[in-house]
Amino acid sequence: MAEKVALILFSGTMDKLMAGSIIASGAVANGMDVDIFVTFWALLQLKKSGAPKPTLSPEAGDMSKQIMKIMQEKKVPSWLDTIRNLKDIGNVNLYGCAMFADLLGLKKEDLDPLVKDVIGVSQFVDMAKDSKMTLFL
Amino acid sequence: MEELKPTRVIDARGSFCPGPLMEMIKAYKQGKVGDIISVYSTDTGTKKDAPEWIKKSGNELIGVYERNGYFEIVMRKTK
Repeated sequence: MAEKVALILFSGTMDKLMAGSIIASGAVANGMDVDIFVTFWALLQLKKSGAPKPTLSPEAGDMSKQIMKIMQEKKVPSWLDTIRNLKDIGNVNLYGCAMFADLLGLKKEDLDPLVKDVIGVSQFVDMAKDSKMTLFL
Repeated sequence: MEELKPTRVIDARGSFCPGPLMEMIKAYKQGKVGDIISVYSTDTGTKKDAPEWIKKSGNELIGVYERNGYFEIVMRKTK
């Protein structure tokens, strides 16, 4: 069985989500599987409709506008596009957090089709327990 | 030296790390043994990561060439 990386995406800011998709890319490049658990503010970004407009982390401060502009000009792919492309070459799975989904009344159908399933934390920890590394972003 | 004709050319100029590497891996997975894959990139991470990946994956690094404003990485799929 392939080695695995487990990621927990918590923050919904674009920079942290991108960090997650880039680490997932690195894992796939190293022949590893990736299981991603998406919760709280990151989960909101997976809503098919009514997802909050993506922003950068507060520490971007005054540079925020400028950096968003540069990323747009240089056509940096969105984190979700990166994950979508990864699925062509590796085994990457996206799971929604059942707790937060229930809290907001969100179903699997309300989330991006890339979401394989909405699962509880116990099932995710079970997936993560044999992974080489687990990161919380 | 005989000029090697790539089976597949990936122009990933303007794409950032790890974009060009991932495109190369995709071409590698889609290709067949003996294919020569050439990647154009302007991204500095790729310049180190791609040759490393080629060697670690047991394929052949034909070369990394400085071109005009970009560089070209050429590999042969050997497995």
